Amino acid sequence: MIEIRNLDFSYRKMPVFSGINLTFPEGSIYGLLGENGVGKTTLLKLICGLQRPTVGTCTIDGLTCHDRRPEMLQRIVFLPDEVLLPDNSTPRKYVDELAPFYPNFAIGTFLHLMQELEVEPDRKFREMSFGQQKKSLIAASLSLGTDYVLFDEPTNGLDIPSKAQFRAILSRRFEERNTIIISTHQVKDVENLIDPIVILSHNAVLLDAPVQKITEKLFFEYGGEKRDDALYSELLPGGYMNVVANERGEESQLNIEALFNAVLRNKERIKELFA
Amino acid sequence: MDFRKQKSIYQQIADRLMDQLVAGMPAADERMPSVRDVAVAYGVNPNTVMRSFDYLQQEGIIYNRRGVGYFASADAKDKILAIQRREFLEEDLPLIRQRMKQLGISIDELTLDDVI
Repeated sequence: MIEIRNLDFSYRKMPVFSGINLTFPEGSIYGLLGENGVGKTTLLKLICGLQRPTVGTCTIDGLTCHDRRPEMLQRIVFLPDEVLLPDNSTPRKYVDELAPFYPNFAIGTFLHLMQELEVEPDRKFREMSFGQQKKSLIAASLSLGTDYVLFDEPTNGLDIPSKAQFRAILSRRFEERNTIIISTHQVKDVENLIDPIVILSHNAVLLDAPVQKITEKLFFEYGGEKRDDALYSELLPGGYMNVVANERGEESQLNIEALFNAVLRNKERIKELFA
Repeated sequence: MDFRKQKSIYQQIADRLMDQLVAGMPAADERMPSVRDVAVAYGVNPNTVMRSFDYLQQEGIIYNRRGVGYFASADAKDKILAIQRREFLEEDLPLIRQRMKQLGISIDELTLDDVI
């Protein structure tokens, strides 16, 4: 379990978080959403110990993240949005170098994932497109055998077929003991994969709820007229989509983009509804 | 049918599994596809599919053999048809009736062979 307690963090004098609390128990694929600059990447860096909280704590299974002890580091992998890869190296050499640090690394899994994603493990990184490099890194991240996987914009750069493959791979590889956190703006790419959903804003966690709770509290109505009581409305070719408080107790299909807009525009109301 | 309503993903998956069960896939007392396989096929969160299976189990449509997996109940088809009939009468039919009224279509017209 990842636990963040009363955490403050600032870059020099610019505060990013003040007094935030979040827990990520195992057994879920979390979606971490938020506007540009609210600190999604910073949060991931705090979790894997690349940043140190100014105040408060961030721990993984009770181990303080920024201590970066081997027993903590071998449980977690962080895949940043962009990684500078050694030009002359290959995916196979890359995982060979990582392997000694990850006792549960499985070369078989890696090669299988590479095959599934159609990237050659012995091709040089400099001969690869950004998308192919990204796929290699996704395969590497998921074969290290860590309980915790942090992805920052994992579908960025992936071609259309690979996005579906990414979803399938994640649903196949995900185990009860895993905690996966996906930070993204490309919510359509992971729409039915991420659950619970965490929405960050400047200095606050606006929402942290499983999909079941979201669809209990909010109703997503498609193709009607614009409603005055809507927390958010959007005109689509088939009519208006409205996000309203769920009063009939009927579950509807969550639309994450609409949820995001509804939450951002009604911070207090959302807090009351989800309290 | 209700164009304003889109069922939640777990309900959509449960509906699809029920349609397949009615078509005999799997047949009574045969094994269901695994939660994992269904999740991978649709690219959805396995926990969501687990909810669909929980629902089917609550309705007595499937049963669990610990460590083996889920199986179709002997009376799965009857149970599903009862659910689908109720859904049609309570949810679909009122909307059809309302739409027929709007469009001025009488019930007599529907009995014509060329309409059906």
